[in-house]
Order: sequence, then C-alpha cells, then structure tokens
Amino acid sequence: MAKTTLAPHRAILISNPSVLWFMGLLGLFTIGVTVLSEGFGIGVISTNLVKILGMTLCLCLIAIAMDVVWGYCGILSLGHFAFFGLGGYAIGMWLMYARTEINIRDSLGRGTIPPTELEVSEAVAAQIFGVVGSSDLPLIWNFAGSLPFQLAMVVLVPGLLALIFGWLAFRSRVTGVYLSILTQAMTLALSLYLFQNDTGLRGNNGLSGLQNIPGFLHVPQSVISMWFFWASAFALGAGYLLFAWVVSGKFGSVIRAIRDNEARVRFLGYNVEGYKLFVFTITAVISGIAGALYYPQAGIINPAEIAPIASIYLAVWVAIGGRGRLYGAVIGAAFVSLLSSWLTGGGAPNIDLGFYRIVWTDWWLVLLGLGFVAVTLFFPKGIGGLFDYLVRKKP
Amino acid sequence: MSTLLEVSGVSVTFDGFRAINNLSIAIGEPELRAVIGPNGAGKTTFMDIVTGKTKPDEGRVIWGERSVNLLKYSESQIAKMGIGRKFQKPTVFEDQSVRDNLAMALANKRGPFSVLVWRASDRDRARIEELAEEVGLSARLDDSAGILSHGQKQWLEIGMLLAQDPRLLLVDEPAAGMTPSEREHTTDLLKRAAKTRAVMVIEHDMEFIRRLDCRVTCLHEGAVLAEGSLDHVTKNQQVIDVYLGR
Repeated sequence: MAKTTLAPHRAILISNPSVLWFMGLLGLFTIGVTVLSEGFGIGVISTNLVKILGMTLCLCLIAIAMDVVWGYCGILSLGHFAFFGLGGYAIGMWLMYARTEINIRDSLGRGTIPPTELEVSEAVAAQIFGVVGSSDLPLIWNFAGSLPFQLAMVVLVPGLLALIFGWLAFRSRVTGVYLSILTQAMTLALSLYLFQNDTGLRGNNGLSGLQNIPGFLHVPQSVISMWFFWASAFALGAGYLLFAWVVSGKFGSVIRAIRDNEARVRFLGYNVEGYKLFVFTITAVISGIAGALYYPQAGIINPAEIAPIASIYLAVWVAIGGRGRLYGAVIGAAFVSLLSSWLTGGGAPNIDLGFYRIVWTDWWLVLLGLGFVAVTLFFPKGIGGLFDYLVRKKP
Repeated sequence: MSTLLEVSGVSVTFDGFRAINNLSIAIGEPELRAVIGPNGAGKTTFMDIVTGKTKPDEGRVIWGERSVNLLKYSESQIAKMGIGRKFQKPTVFEDQSVRDNLAMALANKRGPFSVLVWRASDRDRARIEELAEEVGLSARLDDSAGILSHGQKQWLEIGMLLAQDPRLLLVDEPAAGMTPSEREHTTDLLKRAAKTRAVMVIEHDMEFIRRLDCRVTCLHEGAVLAEGSLDHVTKNQQVIDVYLGR
C-alpha cells in the first residue's frame, strides 16, 4: 500500500484485488436477475424473489458496515440494526404520508369545493393515526411530505444518534463486552420507545404499505421491485468501494491497530476515541441507508425489527462469513439470510425420521446456533477464510 | 543542556499502596539516563505518569521551554508533544507489515480525516527506509511484524519511537530477552538516539547499563535513592542493600 506509487484510485484496486472481483460478480448478478425477472426479463424469477434478493443486498450492505466497525476496528457493536431501522422509518414516513396524501386528495377532490391544505393534512393524520386512536399529526411528521427532507433524515438521524452515543461511550473509554451491552441497551430502548403509541410512529403497528411508491402508484410491483433491486445493488457496490477505501491505506492500519492494542495506538499520538467515533458514525450512516432501501422492499417496518436479537444476528452473519474482510461479511449475510428464508419460509422440505419430524421453522435457530459455535471453534476466519486456500494454491 | 522534563513532588497511591512517593526527577536535552531499582520501585508507574496513563495524586510534571503542565493532557496529546514510549513487552502490530508499523508512527498529522487521505510522499518513503536501516530491519520491511524475532520486534518498536521524532524517549527494559549481540546493537541505537534527544532507559541488566555509559538514577519505594555516575550509584550502601546486594 505505502510502497505503491500509483494514483490512489488504481492503487486501491491493485492492493485489494477482491474489490474488482466483487464488483464484477455483483454486476453479473444484477444483470442475471434483471434478465430473469418478471418486470424486465423472461420471468423466471418471481417478483417476490426479486424483493428477497434486493433485501439481501441491503443486508449485505449493513454486514460490511458491521465488518468495518467490528472486524476492522474491534468495536463489537450489537446495536447497528437500530440505525438500519431508523433509516427505514425515515423513508417510511415519507412513503406513507405522501401516498396517503395522494389518496386523500383524490377522494376529497371529487367534491364541488376543493379541499383546503388544513383539511388535507387533518384527513391524512386521521387516516395514518386512526389505528392508534389518534387523529393529530405528531410534530416529527411535520415535514413527512417532503422527500428531500426525509432523505436527509435517513442519513442524519442514524448519524447523529451514533455520534452522540459514540461520543458518550468512547469518551468514557467503555470498551469490550461493556460497550456491546451498552449498544444492546441502546437498540432495546429505542425499540421499546417506538412500541409506544404516543411516540408518533404508530407503535407496534409500525409503518406499512411501503412497497407503494407515491407518484408511481400505477407502476406494477414487478417493475418497482427491480428499481429497488438495482438501487440496492448500486448502494452495495458503492458502499463496498467506500469501505474498501477506508480500510486500506493508513486509516485501515490505524483502526486495525486500535482493534489489536488501543493503548499502544494512544502512545503513538493518535486520538483513539476520534477514530472510533468516526468509524462508528460512518457505519451507522451506511446502515441507515441500507435500511432505507430495505423496508420499501419489505413493505412494512415495526419496532420488532430493531429488537436486540436483530443486531446479534448481524454479528453472527459477519462471524460466519469471516471478520476483517469485506467480502466475508457479504458472503455471511447473503448465505445465512437466504438460508434462513429458505428454511423458515417453507422452501425446505421437512424431514420425517419416523420417530421424529424435523420442522425447519423450529430447528433453524438450533442449526444457526450450532453453525455459529462450529465456525467460532473450527473456522475462526469464517467462510471467507476458504479463499486464503484458493489464493495460496496459485503459483 | 537544558532541562526538558521536570517531575517534582509526585505521589500516587493505588488502593493504599504508595507506588510513587514524593518523587522528583529531571532530564535534560540531549541526555541519556538509566533508571534502575528493585521490582516495585515505581519505575514503570513513573513512565505511566509522564505519558499520561496514570494521573498522580499530587505533584507537578513540567515539560519543555514553555513549562507546559503535562498532567492536563491525554496520552495521545502528550505523545504528539514529543514523548515516545517503548513498553516492556514489545508491542508492535503483529498482523501488519514492518512498513505499515513504521508508517503509522511517522510524525505526520494524526487526525482521522488527514489519515484517511494520506499517501506516502517520497520523503515519507525515504524516512521509512532510513529508519529500517537504522534499526537493522531493511530486509524485513514487507514482512508481517508478527514473524519477527523477539529482538527484532524490540528494534521495530524503537524504530517506531524514532519515527515519531520525539524529544524524549522512555524505554522500558529494551534488553529483556535479547542475545548478547542484539544487546550490543540496542545499546548503540540508544546511544545514537541520545545524541540529539533525551532518552530514559529502565533496565535491570547492569552490564547493559555499564555499556550505556551514562548518568544513573536508582529508585526505591517510589522515590530517588541515589543519582550520579554508575560507579557512584553502585558504591552507595543503600543501593547495595536494597537492590544490588540481593
């Protein structure tokens, strides 16, 4: 890295050959899915499957963020799904508000007198919040009708939460398992807070109907699903490049050094807390963006999505895929989450042993737990570690 | 030779144990100083205080011409002011190359944003080569630091210290676990470094100290017991009683 005299953008590709491989495979995958899709191709892949694949790409994006914060910088955050969820809520507010507003204007517009803005806004509020027994628009929904504003929130809300939380935690030099517990507490508290009806985000109902995109309500889901699939693939590619750049070179050196011995890094004159805060915040922002792309494909978001267990799964994906290498995180997230939806979604046949029937929806978690233990004990480098053997075989 | 670091009247207590007891010690620039003393004399705690790792209960630590009070600063700020530290156990970053280890220590900007866009300039590259040459690791630049021998790790760490371009080097037991020829190399390194800066070496090995040929301070129970030339200190009856005689 330091020895190369090439221009930076070429240097990063040469020092990280995996980036080129990854980009190539992601491109091929995207083209493949497009050709096979219902919306733009021959229709072998159902719209539902396109959505699952698109959502998986978003999970891969948050997994590489997790890998940077944990695998590279050594901060075992068990709260990154909170940022993912906040990104989803931020975009969900606009999707829900704008779509409801269009419907209300349609129905009110049929009358002889055009509706006033106040009437529209009250009707929208009644429609959205009727389910929690309210008809007032909470303060945080004031700008929900503005797409640019809510898009800014996708980045700002997770970013600011991470900045404040991280500043408080790192400044007090909370590290290791204590920090993990603290991040669990953060995501649990946020989840419980969102469960309340008077938080203003529809409590346990969450936000729904997010697959309908205001302004494109006439476009079939087979087409919209592909738009989101492309956007997710693009975001994953861009995120991969960004993180590959961040973890290569001297910055990567410093954060790996912090992971291995943060006291020593301090005596080298680096402000360790500043670096941790930087990594924590930037990964939170990327997680928020991943969430904002995920939930329009899922169609619904509710506070259960950011329960502590979600962030623990995230750590499990990264551990199974292989910490400290970005493609490892992608492999782990894709492999485990697709396997999970196959086994729990009724895709896999249950096995009848005669005396006992293995029902995968029940046994999936056991399988995952065993897999995690096996990887930790026998393959500490994860699935990604297998690539080391492949590379070594080359002359 | 002007005073670079002045520690005066410093005391620190851990759970009722007085690790440092009204300690006063000063070092000039340039100067080479050896610090000896029995286990528990407070040698390492003294370094912890100077580098900001431990805050003393009382006393003052004054640095440089402008008499900065070091007690107000964090470890990383103190390191940036020009105090480098080598730990007893060699602590290099084992899964990174010798070159990356040295690059991290180079006296460049330390903020996250400047580090993110940092690329080695020709000067940086030349400096890394020069440092590697100095500590005898030129041939190992692209090897991972984890596969170096114990002595080479110690040298790499000294190289990293020099890369920081500090005015004061605090070196904790550099010769521990080294072969005789490695020790000789290490003495040369430290003596060369001390020509332009202040170097303070904690060591147990009297032979090593004799080769350093410098002023010696003997600590005992957190305070200075004797100070002067090695012969002067080793003839001191108290030093013989508490340290050498055992």
